[in-house]
Amino acid sequence: MLKLQEVSKVFRVGAFGGKTMTAVDEVSFEVARGEVVSLIGESGSGKSTIGKMVLRLMSAQAGTITFDGDDITKLDKRAYYRKVQGVFQDPFSSYNPIFKADRVFSMIKEVYFPKEDDRVWRDKVASALNDVRLDAGAVTNKFPHQLSGGQLQRLLIARALLLDIDFLVADEITSMLDASTRIDVLNLLADLKLRGLGVLFITHDLALGNYISERTVVLHQGRIVEYGPTEKVFETPEHAYTRKLLASVPQLHRKWEGV
Amino acid sequence: MTLSVQDLRVYYRTLRGEVKALDGVSFDVADGEILGLAGESGCGKTTLGKALIRMDGRMKHVSGRVELDGENLPIGDTVKMNPFRFTEVSIIPQYSMSAMNPTRKIGRMVRELLDSRGVTVDLAELHRRLDLVELSRDVLTKYPLELSGGMKQRMVMVISTLLNPSLLIADEITSALDVSTQKAVVTTLKGFRELGFVKSMIFITHDISLTNQLADTIMVMYAGKLAEKAPADSIVNRAKHPYTQLLISSLPEVGVRYADKKLTGIPGNPPSLLNPPVGCRFQDRCPLAFDKCREEPPAVEVEKDHFVACWKA
Ligand SMILES: Nc1ncnc2c1ncn2[C@@H]1O[C@H](COP(=O)(O)OP(=O)(O)OP(=O)(O)O)[C@@H](O)[C@H]1O
Ligand SMILES: Nc1ncnc2c1ncn2[C@@H]1O[C@H](COP(=O)(O)OP(=O)(O)O)[C@@H](O)[C@H]1O
Ligand code: SF4
Ligand SMILES: [Mg+2]
Ligand SMILES: [Mg+2]
Repeated sequence: MLKLQEVSKVFRVGAFGGKTMTAVDEVSFEVARGEVVSLIGESGSGKSTIGKMVLRLMSAQAGTITFDGDDITKLDKRAYYRKVQGVFQDPFSSYNPIFKADRVFSMIKEVYFPKEDDRVWRDKVASALNDVRLDAGAVTNKFPHQLSGGQLQRLLIARALLLDIDFLVADEITSMLDASTRIDVLNLLADLKLRGLGVLFITHDLALGNYISERTVVLHQGRIVEYGPTEKVFETPEHAYTRKLLASVPQLHRKWEGV
Repeated sequence: MTLSVQDLRVYYRTLRGEVKALDGVSFDVADGEILGLAGESGCGKTTLGKALIRMDGRMKHVSGRVELDGENLPIGDTVKMNPFRFTEVSIIPQYSMSAMNPTRKIGRMVRELLDSRGVTVDLAELHRRLDLVELSRDVLTKYPLELSGGMKQRMVMVISTLLNPSLLIADEITSALDVSTQKAVVTTLKGFRELGFVKSMIFITHDISLTNQLADTIMVMYAGKLAEKAPADSIVNRAKHPYTQLLISSLPEVGVRYADKKLTGIPGNPPSLLNPPVGCRFQDRCPLAFDKCREEPPAVEVEKDHFVACWKA
């Protein structure tokens, strides 16, 4: 469904933009319908940059990104966003603190479904909230600061679902959540995948990637160092960098060496 | 250094009433001990950390006593706390990385901070500590924007321990970092204790797997109260409070996969702290709840050093 072919992104850095920095370096991989692919790497490895290019929040210098065979830069943006949406690390930053949190739904309606009957729309919202296991009474008519990080994160996923999307970019969406909420959100993604959603799951935590993804891409300084079925990357990592990442995951029943 | 907290209550004043964020918590921290403080978002971890060093204007010290080395710590009085702050008790606040003033070079920021405490910078010592955390000395001439998350966090750690506080409170200092940087930060903190920069520590995080990498003792809070406190190993392997048990079983351990073993979260949400339920605050979500849970369970030492606040423990 989504395919990246030798995609690169170079940023101009330094005081006068005199230097350049290659954040993403000839990256190629694919995500199929109903598949979760984990994109794993340390901070600065280029994960979010890839996510942003897929979401057309920035453009690639080289290479192509296609969605169902079409070059995404040639597609009508509105039509593209009905199929592809993103959710990011810090749920609070996606909300305007002066508006009620559920305004994210009415904004979707104004932009994408202006003609939809109000009653039909209300039912749709109710069913999307149900899909993300949110109690409508608990979240409607509340300001963002009155809701927890997990509730805000699930509201954003519900908003994406209202568009009936085919593909979701999930960029570190669980790192601000506590353990019990985190597992709810992961299970939700896994359930949606079973219904056909494709997911690019960006994380630095290999254990989370392993929990829900079919395939794993390991990124180091903008380059793919390892790519394959999750079990394989996980059980017999070929690259030293992957092994290092794996060793750094804090595990409940195993102490870090040398700490 | 020993810290003793007895029946501490700290509320927030709001328009809708008092938020009972810390509602009768008692515990001790021994000399050299690292206490890991865990629990869901909103359970009062930051409130406890702030109460021990600087209350903000909306916080009210309702009751309870804090003693440091047997001496009363005047936590309700911001002025009387001045001689203790940063020399006896210091904090690395939650979000401190992102709270660094972007218009100040790091070196100037350190100088201003120490000036405000009436201390002059011991440059040689500062350099030695930068070397120890593997930060190049020229970070001092840089702006926060030029540092990565891990570098910023190490810088904040150096600053808050520069005056060798007895007790350091570290509030969620690793949540925004990737796993390898988390490991480096935790290693550094342990090193600080070995080198005597700090004696004891309260390490706040919602991540029990991470806490277990460094804490001697873990304390789990729920909705403003202590749920369980025990040596780290006992919490991880022999938790007795239903909340701790559920929290631990929701962790995606390395190797666990959705397709093989679906993990579950804890259904429901923590209660509002404006009008918390009478009795055990976990009763609405607890699979073991029974009639008695409408009375408040006291924290009881069920085994040596293992405290549990649950009627079923
Ligand atoms: N300034 C404030 N005014 C009113 N209520 C507050 C204020 N700050 C915190 N609270 C409330 O006090 C309770 C405890 O908050 P606290 O920040 O201590 O939680 P925490 O355990 O540190 O959570 P997190 O894991 O999200 O950092 C919460 O119910 C919160 O909503
Ligand atoms: N707008 C930008 N301008 C300059 N450099 C950037 C910009 N966005 C990201 N970078 C750099 O590109 C690299 C990759 O960043 P990012 O994709 O955010 O990494 P990750 O999400 O893996 O942490 C980093 O070195 C980062 O500093
Ligand atoms: S006291 Fe009752 S409700 Fe509370 S944790 Fe124990 S069994 Fe559950
Ligand atoms: Mg990122
Ligand atoms: Mg906090």
